[in-house]
Amino acid sequence: MQPPSEHVHWLFATGFLLLALCLLAEAVVGTDVWRRRAWRAYLWPGLAFALGVLMWPVMTFYTNSAIHMIAHGAWAQVLMGGAAMELGLVSGKLRSGWWRLGMPAGFLVSGAAFLVHEQNSWLFQRSAFTHHLLGWTLVVASIFPLVRVFRPRSQIAATGFALTFVVVAVTLYCDRDVAQIFGHISPLAGAPHR
Amino acid sequence: MNAELVTELEAPLQQTTTSTRARIVSALGPTAALGGVIWAIVQPYRVTLLHPTGQGFWWLFVEPPLLAIAVGLFFYFVITPGLLRDLAEDHATAE
Repeated sequence: MQPPSEHVHWLFATGFLLLALCLLAEAVVGTDVWRRRAWRAYLWPGLAFALGVLMWPVMTFYTNSAIHMIAHGAWAQVLMGGAAMELGLVSGKLRSGWWRLGMPAGFLVSGAAFLVHEQNSWLFQRSAFTHHLLGWTLVVASIFPLVRVFRPRSQIAATGFALTFVVVAVTLYCDRDVAQIFGHISPLAGAPHR
Repeated sequence: MNAELVTELEAPLQQTTTSTRARIVSALGPTAALGGVIWAIVQPYRVTLLHPTGQGFWWLFVEPPLLAIAVGLFFYFVITPGLLRDLAEDHATAE
């Protein structure tokens, strides 16, 4: 009854798409308007925290190697940690803006985990490509949450931060267990399916 | 400088900015849903509800184009209305 791993990627893509829409809306209307209602202020950090919690079952049930277990466990921790810090800032229990460093740290650790745990080359097959792409996307895009630490009102940082999650969602939706990528697939990958 | 004249000049500019923001926020959900619709048309085999015979539970439960449409509709109907009201209130307060 365990879902194929591509289905898990698509479910996470759906969560990240909703997260991206919330962040985009916040970037457009501004943080003050977005936080006018308490439930909305907690929405995206809460969603990010929930996605972090949901990474634990992924770590538990999709452990086909030690490196996979460490990578998924690291994602769960940094996603929960970064989101928890944002929740603390929203609630006012955390006051220092330095707590925002949790998110760029989460991006960097997540990106590194993607790159380290994908041991095949870019064009081995579709999922190898998407894992490399996600890894580099997160590593490069960590600049946006980092800029938010120093310039919390930066429109460019907020938009870049939101668009990163759009890219993550689209890339996750493109993931397939075994499929071609730009016409390439290694004979070692197995038979491609739909 | 007559302050009234300055106010008259600034008011339409602020209104335009607010309405542009409102339009962008209103478009977010439908854009995501439209993406899902286009995806469903381009890859109809991803929508297993169209051919449910012989599909397992997960293939029927997780249909990515429908999930993208659902997220877009959820955002449009649940989050956007309140956000637009607050944006209008903020604009009125600023005036």
